[in-house]
Amino acid sequence: MSGFQYEAPVSVDEAVGLLAGAKGLAKVLAGGTDLLVQLRTGAVQPDMVVDVKRIDELRQISGNAASGFVIGAAVSGSEIGEHAALVKAWPGVVEGMELIGSTQIQGRATPGGNLCNASPAGDCTPGLVAAGAICVVAGPKGRREIPVEQVPVGPGKTSLAKGEFVVALKLPPRAKNSGDAYLRMIPRTEMDIAIVGAGVDLTLDASGTCTHARVALGAVAPTVLLVDAAAKALIGSKIDDAALAKLAAAASAACKPISDKRGTIEYRTKVAGVLARRAAVIARDRARSNG
Amino acid sequence: MAGYEGKTFKWVGTRPIRPDGVDKVTGRANYGADMNLPGQLTGRILRSPHAHAKIVSIDTSKAEKLTGVKAVITGKDFPDMHNGVMPGDEGVNFHHLSSNIMAKHKVLYDGHAVAAVAATSAAIAEEALSLIDVKYEILPHVIDVDLSMQPDAPLLHDDIFTSGVNPKPEKPSNVVQRIQMQLGDPDAAFKDADVIVERSFKTKAVHQGYIEPHAAVAEWSEDGQCRIWCSSQGHFMIRTLTARLLKMEAAQIRVMPAEIGGGFGGKTIIFIEPTAVLLARKAKRPVRVVMSRDEVFRGSGPAPATSIDVKIGAKKDGTLVAATGEFRYQAGAFPGSPVGPACMAAFGPYALTHVRATGYEAVTNRPLCYSYRAPGAPLSSFAVESVLDEIAQKLDMDPMEIRIKNGSKEGTQMVYGPKLKAVGNLECLKAIQSHPINKIPLGPNQGRGLAAGFWFNLGGQSSAVVNIAEDGTATIMTGSPDIGGSRASMALMAAEVLGIDYSKVRPIVGDTSAVGFCEITHGSRVTFATGMAIIQASEDIVLQCRQRVAKMWEVDVDAVKWEDGHALPAGANAGDQKPLSLAQIAGKAARTGGPLVGSAAINAGGAGPAFGVHICDVEVDPETGHVTVLRYVAAQDAGKAIHPSYVEGQIQGGVAQGVGWALNEEYIYGEDGRLQNSGFLDYRIPVASDLPMIDAIILEVPNPGHPFGVRGVGEVPIVPPLGAIANAVARATGVRMTDLPLTPPKILAAIDAAK
Repeated sequence: MSGFQYEAPVSVDEAVGLLAGAKGLAKVLAGGTDLLVQLRTGAVQPDMVVDVKRIDELRQISGNAASGFVIGAAVSGSEIGEHAALVKAWPGVVEGMELIGSTQIQGRATPGGNLCNASPAGDCTPGLVAAGAICVVAGPKGRREIPVEQVPVGPGKTSLAKGEFVVALKLPPRAKNSGDAYLRMIPRTEMDIAIVGAGVDLTLDASGTCTHARVALGAVAPTVLLVDAAAKALIGSKIDDAALAKLAAAASAACKPISDKRGTIEYRTKVAGVLARRAAVIARDRARSNG
Repeated sequence: MAGYEGKTFKWVGTRPIRPDGVDKVTGRANYGADMNLPGQLTGRILRSPHAHAKIVSIDTSKAEKLTGVKAVITGKDFPDMHNGVMPGDEGVNFHHLSSNIMAKHKVLYDGHAVAAVAATSAAIAEEALSLIDVKYEILPHVIDVDLSMQPDAPLLHDDIFTSGVNPKPEKPSNVVQRIQMQLGDPDAAFKDADVIVERSFKTKAVHQGYIEPHAAVAEWSEDGQCRIWCSSQGHFMIRTLTARLLKMEAAQIRVMPAEIGGGFGGKTIIFIEPTAVLLARKAKRPVRVVMSRDEVFRGSGPAPATSIDVKIGAKKDGTLVAATGEFRYQAGAFPGSPVGPACMAAFGPYALTHVRATGYEAVTNRPLCYSYRAPGAPLSSFAVESVLDEIAQKLDMDPMEIRIKNGSKEGTQMVYGPKLKAVGNLECLKAIQSHPINKIPLGPNQGRGLAAGFWFNLGGQSSAVVNIAEDGTATIMTGSPDIGGSRASMALMAAEVLGIDYSKVRPIVGDTSAVGFCEITHGSRVTFATGMAIIQASEDIVLQCRQRVAKMWEVDVDAVKWEDGHALPAGANAGDQKPLSLAQIAGKAARTGGPLVGSAAINAGGAGPAFGVHICDVEVDPETGHVTVLRYVAAQDAGKAIHPSYVEGQIQGGVAQGVGWALNEEYIYGEDGRLQNSGFLDYRIPVASDLPMIDAIILEVPNPGHPFGVRGVGEVPIVPPLGAIANAVARATGVRMTDLPLTPPKILAAIDAAK
């Protein structure tokens, strides 16, 4: 690990100024659970590291289910898991975050970091994409808001420009009879990286018919996929077996995975459908009990 | 040796807290990397990025000029070990060993050390590594054992000629050796079989996965004395091999054993100590070398990948009539694969009149393949247990019944030579047969798997010293590193013989200059062999006490007996003497002949073989191929469990590692011959939540070769799990898989292919 300049600004503007003015490579440090490993192995050799954990706005969860929650980008997984109202409204988003690492890692890992690490297998991202989360980005030209799925553009790459960083993630107002869920396939039971991940968010009407759905898949393409065809398989249905089979087929059809040390193309394609179907069932059952 | 048969033990068999426990849980214990000396430098090793390449040149000049760099070494700094094995080396090829520690003319695997630096900080040392310019000429490589054995395979060495074949080959080859063991005439006997199952298996290389990376600190004095602090399974081994590799005298080197954070066989050979010693000599300052996890995976001594064929024939009633196995074991870049033990152990649980085990070892462009807990046996056992399970299925027979029917027992002729003395194989089988797990109904996609395992265990050389302090407390010292709670066992055995409280006995592991020679901690030998030395050294103290008391009482030594920590008159003729405690005798030691020091130095024979029988229930997700281990029960013959908790710990630990081996652990290589998963993220050892509670059942069939009946317990627990898990998965899915590990993608592909 070679030397670098370390900065810990206390305001968004100060952070933007540091990142925009940095010579060479500047990296944002939130929880550090990815960055510190990359530093240790020499995978990244930044000239400056900007620690954003001292910026109050990044460390808060505000809002509520009706108005929409705003989650600071550097809030830890354990803080998210302990936020009762957030857990009640968005259990799928929360379980995606809580699947990252061990208890110790949960004390550090953040949704902003997981998103900007831009791994196609990041566990927090599919749930946020399914939820329709909006990402608040600060930069030299001020603030802008973009759908969360537009942040990663490829493995390890984001759409953020020089000087920009993620301040917060905004969840939409929660409708009645809604539920979400995230499932991932790992060879072990925890402490592992997803071979496939699937996040589903949906809303039912009074008759139990699905009126809204979003389906997101992780680790089956260079970025997390938002699969419209899979969502369409659910919308208008009672989320019965026929709809679930269509959903699974659409999810598998959308996959563009690679074969690597963690899994084959065939495996990822098939299991993406299986997990999307299972996540939809959990989301449906949560929606039914969430009147 | 005193006879303890039928004796009621006071300390042996109890479960006190281990003497090293508190320091370990509070963090006070010192492991290999914890040593810090004044002026200490950081040593780092540069490793090859290529699987096989000629070293054209190494330019270290830029690194040497970097401020803070105090020494740089390459293979040229190591003495020439000539070629081959020297007389008295017991098969150790020092040229190979030295070339593995630091490459000479070729690098033979991704991770092979090519140079090392010592610098005033880790950052400077790492920068120095990046300044070393190594020019390579890349050569074709071979990773797979079957490919390595082909005549046209890339050749790793020009000095390896296959041994064990006739005529002796004239051309060098990657095939190191062919070995064969046989009883009867299996080829003819197969004609009597009603059912024959023949299958081929492949398994991947795995790592022991010890948590503590290799670490060593070396320091030289101005008078040429050298001290090494390191964590290993044998500091005497470190002394011997460092002395030989660096052409030093053994007594010139003092090796201090640190606490060891796991070894499992992987720390029974030397990797970094000579490098630290050479760096320290060149820098004239102490040097600490600590491997990173990446280096541990790429540059230590994992267990082999294998390719195996097993054929077993049986009568309709389940009687096994013949069995053969061909075991092709990958070595790393240098010989050292445990194919011999694999052949010895493969058919161990079964009494077979006609059996043949053939073994091949072939070098590959991988790190040195070395010992891992019952080296070689889990793989050969997996193949045999899989075939046996399939025979039971074909005969529609209970898998337990076929194992009991053919189970080896006292008097069974083993394929590798000896006849079994008293052993606990059938006892273990019957303990599992009567276990309540058999009554639990299985649900959909669930399967129950059974496997038996055998390991011969070792004895060997051990030394022990028992020092009695003036207040009658005891310090007991051996030279056997404690990798599984052996200090507690040593203290219990000493307390038993001396007749004093366990709390009055402090066991320590002495350094190479403080205690007599002990072989490495391997072969499940320490509680058996070093324990025997402790028993004898304690008996030496008892005899000395009786002699001192005889002198005080002015009687013959036979008139003084030892009971419960006291000297007593043996009979009325000895007079009406009051009992004297060890503390009272020790308090008068100065007047009766001086300090009470007991010692023993032995080469222990009579190690009793160990048997274990495992049963487990798994559930396979038919849509993802994910395996959940629901229940696991393991029965094992311990001979005599000195400390039952640590015997259970050995059983549970072996099972945990075996489950990982069966399901997810594997070395993954790319087309370029480079290791792709040199970290615990993608090298998947089980985490706690992957395992159910492992129910350990201890059986005690005393080993006639040990005064307390002890037999080694550390290794056999890892032998049956691969077969037990594979058999459970086969029964849960209806698909027999022959390639380990049984990863979810492989299982799902097999399920789908069978549809």
